[in-house]
Amino acid sequence: MTMTATVPTAPVALAAAATAAFDEMRGLDGEIRPAYAELSAWLKEIPPDVLEQRRSEAELLFRRIGITFAVYGEAEAQERLIPFDVIPRILSAAEWDLIRRGLEQRVKAINLYIKDVYSRREILRAGVVPEDLVFQNPVFRPEMNGQRVPHDIYVFIAGIDIVRVDADTFYVLEDNARTPSGVSYMLENREIMLRLFPELFARHRVAPVENYADELLATLKSVAPTSAEADPTAVLLTPGVYNSAYYEHSFLADKLGIELVEGRDLLVRGEVVYMRTTQGPKRVDVIYRRVDDDFLDPLAFRPDSGLGVPGLMSAYMAGNVTLANAVGTGIADDKAVYSYMPEIVKFYLAEDPILKNVPTWRCRESDHLAYVLDHLEELVVKEVHGSGGYGMLIGPKADKATVAAFRDKLKNDPKGFIAQPTLALSTCPTCVEEGVAPRHVDLRPFVLTGRDRIRIVPGGLTRVALKQGSLVVNSSQGGGTKDTWVLDR
Amino acid sequence: MLSRTADNLFWLSRYVERAEYLSRILEATLRLTSLPHTYSGTTNEWESAVSTAGCAGGFFATYKEANEETVTEFLAFSSANPSSIRNCFDVARANARAVRTALTMEMWDAINGAWLEISRFGAGATTRDGLARFLRLVQESSLRVDGSAYRTMLRNDAYWFTRLGVFSERADNTARILDVKYHMLLPAHQHVGGPLDYFQWAAILRSVSALTSYHWVYRESLKPWLIADLLILNDQMPRSLASCYENLVQYLDRIARAYGRQGPAQRQARAIRTRIENSRMDEIFQHGLHEFIGEFVADNNRLGSAITQQYLQ
Repeated sequence: MTMTATVPTAPVALAAAATAAFDEMRGLDGEIRPAYAELSAWLKEIPPDVLEQRRSEAELLFRRIGITFAVYGEAEAQERLIPFDVIPRILSAAEWDLIRRGLEQRVKAINLYIKDVYSRREILRAGVVPEDLVFQNPVFRPEMNGQRVPHDIYVFIAGIDIVRVDADTFYVLEDNARTPSGVSYMLENREIMLRLFPELFARHRVAPVENYADELLATLKSVAPTSAEADPTAVLLTPGVYNSAYYEHSFLADKLGIELVEGRDLLVRGEVVYMRTTQGPKRVDVIYRRVDDDFLDPLAFRPDSGLGVPGLMSAYMAGNVTLANAVGTGIADDKAVYSYMPEIVKFYLAEDPILKNVPTWRCRESDHLAYVLDHLEELVVKEVHGSGGYGMLIGPKADKATVAAFRDKLKNDPKGFIAQPTLALSTCPTCVEEGVAPRHVDLRPFVLTGRDRIRIVPGGLTRVALKQGSLVVNSSQGGGTKDTWVLDR
Repeated sequence: MLSRTADNLFWLSRYVERAEYLSRILEATLRLTSLPHTYSGTTNEWESAVSTAGCAGGFFATYKEANEETVTEFLAFSSANPSSIRNCFDVARANARAVRTALTMEMWDAINGAWLEISRFGAGATTRDGLARFLRLVQESSLRVDGSAYRTMLRNDAYWFTRLGVFSERADNTARILDVKYHMLLPAHQHVGGPLDYFQWAAILRSVSALTSYHWVYRESLKPWLIADLLILNDQMPRSLASCYENLVQYLDRIARAYGRQGPAQRQARAIRTRIENSRMDEIFQHGLHEFIGEFVADNNRLGSAITQQYLQ
């Protein structure tokens, strides 16, 4: 991992494609799909040197943003520069509609699930989700037991990672219900595209994303505690300038027009949170925190944390401040729980999940384990508590010794692992050295849940694996990003 | 506004102002020491430069002798000197980075750009030309930071706190130069006369970029008491104590009005301004220039603490 990890690092989910990948422009049969008709024509018209020139302009613009907006020197900006691909990824209105409905449904279920786990525990009593998965999970927060949170919302900002395998099938790869990042890239990518390719926009009707900050602010204000004033004060809590996502924190605070605070700027008095201002202490009602649970409050969690605010949890428990996201949401985005999401959706909403999970074998179940042990060479095996692509086996790419070592690990601790098939992720046309060629992509849309409603800005962050054949979209391993266009018809 | 933000804005402006002042001292000293001895005198101008910069203690803890090499290194590049020009920009930039959202893009650009260019000089300038370029760069950077603040920042407390930083530091710098050079400005000195004094006086004015202004204001050859008048009482002169306090009072008042509350900082700034307004040069000389300056420096420091207590912590 490098400093460039400010783009979210989804696990290397899926290994080499077993079958031909579905191309979002050409489909499987090579015929241009309708959403890409204009783009395909444009790609034929535009001389390669012009495309190349725009590409270097985009890089310059990003460097400028890195240096001038954010907080970097030239060398550091170079380092945080995540390759940007100038060819947009396009989703039709119908495709987006499916994704959007699926996201709403999934995030609704996630919120109901977390509420249930920390209160009545019906889903555990019904035996749908195994108890040990919750109670033995280090991200489970006993402090939250029986604790009401404002408006019963736990996950206000979710980042749901989605992959696609054919024209109609989208899989959820991972739920991020703690402090998902990457939205600043979504916003920047669009800004740069608007500047560089106004004529291409003129040929499409692209749903805007620039209202994200507005929607986020509305969401945060809608969930203020009832004891807050009519116009509640929201702040963004950052671990500080040395955090690898500080750039995004300052970017968002600026777009939202709220204070970017560090732990030392806040104080708790009489179970109310205040920030230290030039006019004395000012009450804070909503904290969009980008600090992990463990570091929030040295009195409640890690006593050595200098990033947190002593007493913050007491104010939170007293219902005088809203934390977004709530404490303890990790129990919903853990890889072990992931495999139960379809059941979780059904349990709370009595609906079939609109977005499917990647088929997953839970090694804790003996028949699943047997299958996995028999098919290790073709599966991807992941540690339940691992993240960022660590501690996983990519069967088709691993040598015999590695596979054997994993076999032992699995037998020793089957509960610690899940397995998934290797899938052919969809591809999109991408600018690479040899010209325009298909590359694998994924998508992280951001789902905002407020008191009044769920807001989703059309699109999200598309990540692209720039190396041929690679399915790894992580920025530290040659991944880049693309602007994501949702057409409005 | 967050106290930490105000504190960062206050100090980033102070540090940029200090860096400019240091570079002017070095420039004036270089100029003076490149004259033949008959013009520049026999006093060690490099030692005087260290005193004027207000860091003689730190300097002599590290070096035995004050000469061009040691003083330039210490004042411009040393990482051991917390107030070296390079450290000033390091701190200013770190402060700016921590309050990025309180700055306009132009201001961030000015500070970050200056920091980048200054870092390129590394641990020192190898030639006099290089040093001269470095000092120009520092002064231009300060102008750019100040200019971008003036042209792009909203006129609210964020801007006002940067102004408080600039004028507190500037008042301190002007007072310090007067404190070290006061003997050159005493009326008795005029009888000594001669080219030696002319160049010394010119060097004082150069350190506060006021040589040309002097001529426009007084239309006279350099006279020590007029130099003292220009730097202390003349409110047309942007680095005079009078002008600095006019600004400090003004910006503190704006903050008080916006916040709906006056405090010790406002009262103290007004008291100091009144003292300056009611002073006449002949009285100051009678009372003792050195004592006057000494009191002023102490007052100015107290105002700094009052601002800190009232707003920045």
